[in-house]
Amino acid sequence: MEISIEQDRCVAAGQCVAAAPEVFDQRDEDGIVVLLTSSAPDGSEGGVRHAVAVCPAQAIHLQA
Amino acid sequence: MSETLTPAADTGEAPYFPMARAEGCPFDPPSELRADVTEHPVSRVRIWDGSSPWIVTGHAEQRALLSDARVSVDDRVPGFPHWNEGVATMAPQRSDSVFNTDPPVHTRYRRMMTAPFTFKRVQAMRPVIQRITDEQLDTMTAGPAPADLVAALAIPVPTLMICEILGVPYDDHEFFQHHATVGVDRYATAEQSMQSFAAQVQYLVGLVEKKAAEPQDDVISDLALRVVADEITVLEAAQMGLGLLIAGHETSANMIGLGALALLENPDQLAILRDTDDPAVVAGAVEELLRYLGIIHNGQRRIANEDIQIGDVLIRAGEGIIIELATANRDPRTFDEPEQLDLHRQARDHHAFGFGIHQCIGQQLARVELQVVFGTLFKRVPTLRLATTLDEVEFKHDRLAYGVYHLPVSW
Repeated sequence: MEISIEQDRCVAAGQCVAAAPEVFDQRDEDGIVVLLTSSAPDGSEGGVRHAVAVCPAQAIHLQA
Repeated sequence: MSETLTPAADTGEAPYFPMARAEGCPFDPPSELRADVTEHPVSRVRIWDGSSPWIVTGHAEQRALLSDARVSVDDRVPGFPHWNEGVATMAPQRSDSVFNTDPPVHTRYRRMMTAPFTFKRVQAMRPVIQRITDEQLDTMTAGPAPADLVAALAIPVPTLMICEILGVPYDDHEFFQHHATVGVDRYATAEQSMQSFAAQVQYLVGLVEKKAAEPQDDVISDLALRVVADEITVLEAAQMGLGLLIAGHETSANMIGLGALALLENPDQLAILRDTDDPAVVAGAVEELLRYLGIIHNGQRRIANEDIQIGDVLIRAGEGIIIELATANRDPRTFDEPEQLDLHRQARDHHAFGFGIHQCIGQQLARVELQVVFGTLFKRVPTLRLATTLDEVEFKHDRLAYGVYHLPVSW
């Protein structure tokens, strides 16, 4: 599972970090999403899909 | 009810919005709106100024429109479906902020406000929220019963937290709570709204100027330093601070009061929170309470910049759009048996915080506050009970945020 993000779209709601903290983080200065890894570690796929679903700005994308 | 999916604006058939909730169903959105969620998820209503904007009740339709760049929050545009006359009068006088701008202007403002509310920074505040919650409950249970849970717990916890984060003196909370109350009163006159707005802005301007001279580690100081650096004007800083202050205590406070009542009325659900030590169960329960209660009623207001086809409906450029978040949380196409409060359900797709780029900035703070309060209340006070009857409780039908004015409890 390959993950990509669009920082320009991100609105710093923090929902992705809540869903998959091993994959997503937020910048200290403005809360914008940071990708910790572009490939979901084993066991984190459910959390990543959840993050995609609840991201209010639709800024997270998956490539199978 | 009209037989067509797109009743014309001038038929006069459209129901008046907002409508009353059904007698005896204080937790449910008005039955007239709920009945139409699946058949007519986008339809017409009439509002106070005689206009007939669209109302969007369905979950999928709200998701689509709230993330559509052709849908604007610019409330200075003619035809915007304002909440009431007071807001309509004030709108042109308010400076630009996250609340009335679209990207790219919105993006710039939002990014100045988000830093204190990241997931990790809010998680780090959990011990403080726990301490405040424990202290409030200690004080309440040491005093006479019955007590008002709204005054004892629901208002102080979020108010103390947002004052701490923003750097607003807690001693001033009665002043801004009074004005915040006018600001969310659906029936406030234009004059009342203007006076209240002016008093609040003046207060915030004073605070920004004070923090510019003596900055501290808080959000108002951060905004003040942006004013000093000529990034924003003092009025823009005041507007941002005011938005955070009002949103930061009105909303969580209503969730705590109304949520406690809903749980006391559903003892089997209350028992789940009382008997669990699993933070994941508490977190899931809070999402379900957010879904079920939908305290942001009376609709989020938008206007179409261009023609938008949504399902069978064509929204024309310049037409008003009202997004009634609470009904999406009861959409049976998204949530099975949506009328049931079920703390074990998967409720995470709810729209309690809205959706799209304007989704609540403080949602992670609200979540932790609610997790601490509902994870603590029924453990610390296991004998908590309503000291009145449901029909005696006064609900905030007239406010932009729904809740209870008072909640008498014994233990």
